[in-house]
Amino acid sequence: MKKNNLILYGSLLVLGLFAPFIFPAFKLQISFMWILVILALTWDVQGGQMGYNSFGNILFFGIGMYICAGVQIGMFFPLAEWTASGGEKTFIHMPSQYFQGFFIGLILAGIVPAIVAAVIGYGILGLRGHYFAICTLGLGIAAGEIAGGIELIGAGQGMTVPPWPKGIGDTELRSEFFYYLCFVLMVATFIFLRWAYQTRFGLVLNAIRDNEDKAEAMGIHTMRYKIIGWVVSAFFVGIAGGLMGNMVGYIEPTEIAFAGATYGVFMVLMAILGGKGTLWGPVIGAIIFHIFKEGFWIFFLGWQYVALGMLIIIIVVFFPEGIMGWLREKYPEKFGEVVDEADKKAQVELK
Amino acid sequence: MGTILEVDKVYKYFGGVKANENISLTVEQGSIVGLIGPNGSGKTTLFNSIVGTHPIDKGTIKFEDREVSKLPVPVVAKLGLLRTFQQTRIYGKLNCIQNMLISSKPEKDNIFTVFSKIPEDLTEKAEKLLEFVGLYQKRKLRAGDLSFGQQKLLELAMALMNEPKMLLLDEPTAGINPALINGIIDRLIKVNKEFGITLLVIEHNMRVIMNLAQKIFCLAHGQLLAEGLPEQIKNDKRVINAYLGAQ
Repeated sequence: MKKNNLILYGSLLVLGLFAPFIFPAFKLQISFMWILVILALTWDVQGGQMGYNSFGNILFFGIGMYICAGVQIGMFFPLAEWTASGGEKTFIHMPSQYFQGFFIGLILAGIVPAIVAAVIGYGILGLRGHYFAICTLGLGIAAGEIAGGIELIGAGQGMTVPPWPKGIGDTELRSEFFYYLCFVLMVATFIFLRWAYQTRFGLVLNAIRDNEDKAEAMGIHTMRYKIIGWVVSAFFVGIAGGLMGNMVGYIEPTEIAFAGATYGVFMVLMAILGGKGTLWGPVIGAIIFHIFKEGFWIFFLGWQYVALGMLIIIIVVFFPEGIMGWLREKYPEKFGEVVDEADKKAQVELK
Repeated sequence: MGTILEVDKVYKYFGGVKANENISLTVEQGSIVGLIGPNGSGKTTLFNSIVGTHPIDKGTIKFEDREVSKLPVPVVAKLGLLRTFQQTRIYGKLNCIQNMLISSKPEKDNIFTVFSKIPEDLTEKAEKLLEFVGLYQKRKLRAGDLSFGQQKLLELAMALMNEPKMLLLDEPTAGINPALINGIIDRLIKVNKEFGITLLVIEHNMRVIMNLAQKIFCLAHGQLLAEGLPEQIKNDKRVINAYLGAQ
C-alpha cells in the first residue's frame, strides 16, 4: 500500500512537471486548473474538515491579487499614475525589476490576506452554521464594492498588471513560467495540508465539525484552531490570487478579484463534487469540474450556465458525498475503512 | 481533604424562569456527591453554571479556591473540571480511538503546538481506557455508529482520557442496558478510588445514586431542597413529596 502510494504520487508529479510539453496548447488552461485545485483544497479546510461553510475565501483571493500587483508596480513607480490610465505604457519594468517586484508581491500576497483572515476571523468565527455562511457571503461582496471605489487601485475600471518584460523569451516561456509557479504552489498546498491533517490540527478541525460544544467542554481552544485554519487558507489563496492576477494581466474588482459569483461558488462546488472532508476529494473535484466547465464553454456556448446548473444538480442528487464519498462507500476496502462485522456486533460487557 | 468545589449562593434566571435560586453546595476532594431532583429542577443548569457555559447572575463558584464563574468553558476544563452531557456528545464521524486521542490534554497547549504530532503512546492509553469501559472491540467503529448507551460509555472514557481532577457526570446511566448498570457503578467507584477523581453525579436512578454517593443534594424548583447522607435523603419527607407529589 505504501509503495503503491509512492508510485502514484511520483507518477502524478512527473505528469504535472511534463504536462506543458505534453499538452502545449493547454498550458494556461492547466495553470488555471491548478489555481482551482488550490481554491478547492483551501476551501475544504473550512467547509469540509471544520464544517464551516465559508463563502468568503474569495476575499483573500482578491486581496492577494491587488496586493501582489500593487507591490509589483508600487515598488518602482507611482501607483496612482499607473492606474490613472495607460500607466503600463508610460512605465516599463526592467526584467530585474519585474521579477523582484513579482516575488516580493507574491510573498506579501500570502501574508497580508493571512493577517486579514486572523483579524476578521477573530470577529466572525464565533458565528456558527448559516450565520457564518451568510456573514462570509457579505464579506466578498463588500470587498468587491469597496475595491471598486478606491481610485489608487483603479476603482471600478480595474488595473493592469505589469506585462511580461521584453527581451525575456516569448509568450510560451511566460506561460511555462506561470505554469510551474501554479504547479509548485498547488503541490505545496497539498503537501502542507496533507501533513497538517495528520497533526493535532486536523483532529481538532474534525472535532469542531462533529461537535464544537463538546470540543470546548473538553478544554480545546476551538477559536484558536478556527482562526489558524482560516489563516492557512488565506495564505495559500492569497498567493494563488497574486498568480492569477498576473496570468490574466488585468484586475477587475467584481469579475476577477472578488469574483464571488464565479470562483467563490466554484470552490464550494469543486470540493463538494470531489468529496468534502477528504484530502483528494477537492483535487479530483477541481480537475473534473474544470474539464467539464471548459467543455461546456466550448460545446454549449450560450447554454454553458444551464449545463453547469445541470452538473450541480447531478452532483447534489447522485453524489451527495462527492466522488470520494461515493468511492468509499462502493469500494470500502480500497478507499475507506473496513470494519469487522464481529466488532460491529460485539456486545459491551462490564465485568 | 479540603473542599474542591464550592458553590455559594448562585442565582441563574432565564428571563422570568428562576432556574437556580440561592444554591450553595460544597464538594469535598476525593468524594462522590450526588445531585438529584425532579425534571426541570435546575440540575443541568447548575452544571452549566459551574463549567461556564453561561454566566451566572449572582453568587460565586470556586474550584480549588479559584473563582471560575467568569472563566470560559475551555479554561475551566483545563483547570481540571470537566463535565459530560446528558444527551451524549461525541465526535460522530471520527472513530472511537480518534475520539479518545483528541480528548487527551496536551502537555503544552499554545499557538505553537497547534501543528504538533499526536504522541504515539497515547493510542495505547486510549485502548486501555476503552477496555476499561468495555468498548475495546468497538474502537475502530465510528463513534456515531455506536448505540446511545455505548456513546455514554465512550464519553466517560473520553473524560477519563483528559485526566481531570473533578468530573461532573450528567446521568451516566441513562439509556444504558440495566444489566450493565452495576458495572458502571463499579467503574465510577474505581475512577474515584484509583484515579482519585472527585465526582459530582446527576442521576435519576435512585438505586444507583444511593449506592454511589456519599452525600446527596436535592434540588426542586431551582432551589436547594435538602442535603445529607443517602439514608437521610431517602427518608426525607420533602424529597419524597418533590418526587412523588405531596398527598
